Amino acid sequence: MYILIAGGGKVGYHLAEELLNQNHEVLVIERDPARAAQIRDELNGNVLTGDSCEATTLDLAGVSRADLVAAVTGDDEDNLVICDIARYRGVARTIARINNPRNELLFRKRGIETTISATQAVLAQIEQELPTQLMIPLLQLHSGLELVEIKLPETSPVVGRSVREVLLPAESLISLIVDPGGVPRMPSGDTRLNAGDALVVVSRKESLDMLREQLIGSTHGLDT
Amino acid sequence: MKVIIMGCGRLGSRIAGILDRQGHHVTVIDTNESAFRRLGDSFGGDRVVGNGMDASTLERAGIETADAFMAITQGDNRNYFASQMAHEVYHVKRVLCRVYDPVREEIFRDLGLETFSPTSYGAQIMVDMLMHEPARR
Repeated sequence: MYILIAGGGKVGYHLAEELLNQNHEVLVIERDPARAAQIRDELNGNVLTGDSCEATTLDLAGVSRADLVAAVTGDDEDNLVICDIARYRGVARTIARINNPRNELLFRKRGIETTISATQAVLAQIEQELPTQLMIPLLQLHSGLELVEIKLPETSPVVGRSVREVLLPAESLISLIVDPGGVPRMPSGDTRLNAGDALVVVSRKESLDMLREQLIGSTHGLDT
Repeated sequence: MKVIIMGCGRLGSRIAGILDRQGHHVTVIDTNESAFRRLGDSFGGDRVVGNGMDASTLERAGIETADAFMAITQGDNRNYFASQMAHEVYHVKRVLCRVYDPVREEIFRDLGLETFSPTSYGAQIMVDMLMHEPARR
């Protein structure tokens, strides 16, 4: 894929590095000549100095043959302009970094396919560490399977039961139990579940809500 | 007509004054309170300090009931962003957007906004002036 990255800040730089590692054709557009020179050194070329909000710069970068444009500057208005011009030039996929979560609606209305909001991500992280910390996503596996860690609260309906007695969603498996002292055990059907145990569970993405309800209990008021 | 003007520079303040004298309800937004001095004492409209790209500022300025929105800050991208907010999110009937860069202006127009480029307009007028003898001197 040919991927254009508008904005050579931290986000743009690391994105480019990662995509180059995955053998994509990548070009970073950076306005500041000093920063652009630095990226040129570190990423072996792959950078164009210029203002990516200008159609002429995007044309110079070959925007019309790009498969994807990622606008990741620190300014939402610039990111909107970049994505809209790119789409106007025929780019099918545009991704914008959004800095103010309230702007997400506008990007959606403009048909900008995916939006990444650093603020939103941090918020999601914080929310994850508040009430929903009881379920932590660990890893996305192939074909919709996920590995999650679930910490059993005192109020969990499965505390005191054995693994065999616990009703899990289809294609779900308790693969490891770590007790509050940090000692891991491979569970058998007879293993008893205690409050404070952390269960490492493989499940399907769409079953996670059910899984949470069955292992943690009422999800009233919680939202992930 | 209820009109919101974003950007109280020379052009914004001048338009605000004209519309105010014509009896329209004008609200001017600017990030810098001291910019409102350009409106003069006779201006009877509203002044809102804030960033016109912020939904909350637009709402404070009454965007939900506005008939028209004019984006006249110094930044083309800011003007475009705020104009699209007014158009797409708040469904303001008339949205006018100033764009200095003629290339961007054409694209923004194709993307559905009513745009005005003082650069291309001014260039044309000045060339015309040069080619014609002054009417009076």
